[in-house]
Amino acid sequence: MTNLFNIGDHVRVGDALPPGHIRTPMFLRGCKGTIIKHFGSFPNPERLAYGLSGLPKINLYQVLFEMDEAWNGNGDYEDRDTITADIYETWLEAI
Amino acid sequence: MSSHSKDHDHGHDHTAFQKDITEPKEDWEFLEIAIRELLIEKNVLSAREIQDEIEAWEKKNPEKGAEIIARSWVDDDFKNRLLSDGNKAVAELGFTVESLKLVALENTYEIHHMVVCTLCSCYPRTLLGVPPLWYKSREYRSRAVREPRAVLREFGTAIPESVEIRVVDSTADCRYLVIPKRPANTEKMSEGELVKLITRDSMIGTAEALDQHGKRS
Repeated sequence: MTNLFNIGDHVRVGDALPPGHIRTPMFLRGCKGTIIKHFGSFPNPERLAYGLSGLPKINLYQVLFEMDEAWNGNGDYEDRDTITADIYETWLEAI
Repeated sequence: MSSHSKDHDHGHDHTAFQKDITEPKEDWEFLEIAIRELLIEKNVLSAREIQDEIEAWEKKNPEKGAEIIARSWVDDDFKNRLLSDGNKAVAELGFTVESLKLVALENTYEIHHMVVCTLCSCYPRTLLGVPPLWYKSREYRSRAVREPRAVLREFGTAIPESVEIRVVDSTADCRYLVIPKRPANTEKMSEGELVKLITRDSMIGTAEALDQHGKRS
C-alpha cells in the first residue's frame, strides 16, 4: 500500500489514549519526530490482537526523536542522543 | 457426554503449574495457567510438549548472532547486505528469522545503538536465544530510553560524550541486531577467533565487543 510519508518528513505521534493492544509507547505520544525508514506494510497489530486479520496492512516507519521531545531535560543523556521507535502510519500526522 | 464430577476425579492431572515456581499473583499469570491447562485438557498439547518447547528455547544461545557479526567484520560486502536486508543476509549463513523483519544497526565512533523494547521484550530470539532477565525488567525498559548514559555506566560501558547514543525501541515488527565495533588489533584474527569476542550484550548494545585478548575493553 502506498506510503503517506517519506524519509525526512516531520511527523507528530498521536496523543490519543484508546484502549486495547497499542504498539505506540505512551512516552512518545504527542512527540515530534522525523521519519528515517519505511519498513513496508504489516497487518495492524491493534486488530491482530483480537483474532482479526489485521488487513488491510498498514505502513510502518522508524521515527527518530530528540531525547528532549520525550523528557524535556529530565533524564541522563547528552543533547546529541536520540530515541527511535517503530510507529504505524495510523498513529502519525504530518507537521 | 460425561459430566464433570464434583469431586474432580476426571482423567487429567492439574499439574499445569510446577511446584517449584512461585505461586501466581498477577492476572497475566492466571491467564497463562488457564490457557495452558485448557490446551492440555483438550489434548491440543501435552505438558511434556510444552516443557520440551521451553527447553528447546532455553538451549538457544547468542552464538548464531556472533557468527553473523564476525562475518560482517571480515566481509564488507556481507555487512552492507546485512545492513540493507537483514533477513536475506542471514539466510546466506543458513539462519532464518521467521515473519519478522531483521534490522542490523552498525555501531561506529560516531553513533552507539542500544536496543530496548519498552512495551514488552521483543528480541531477536532465533539468533540470540532467550533474552536476559534484565532485558525484560521494568527497570531496564523504562530507564534505557530516559537515562541511557546512566544505564550504560552501570553496565561498565563508557561511551564518550562526543558519540551519539541512539536508543532503539523495538515496538513493532522489527527485531534489531547491533553490529558492535570491531576491536582494534584484530586484523590477523580468524573469523572463528573473532566470534569469541562478540558477546550477547554487545549485540544488544549495552556493551562493546571484547578486546583482542578477550577482555572487557
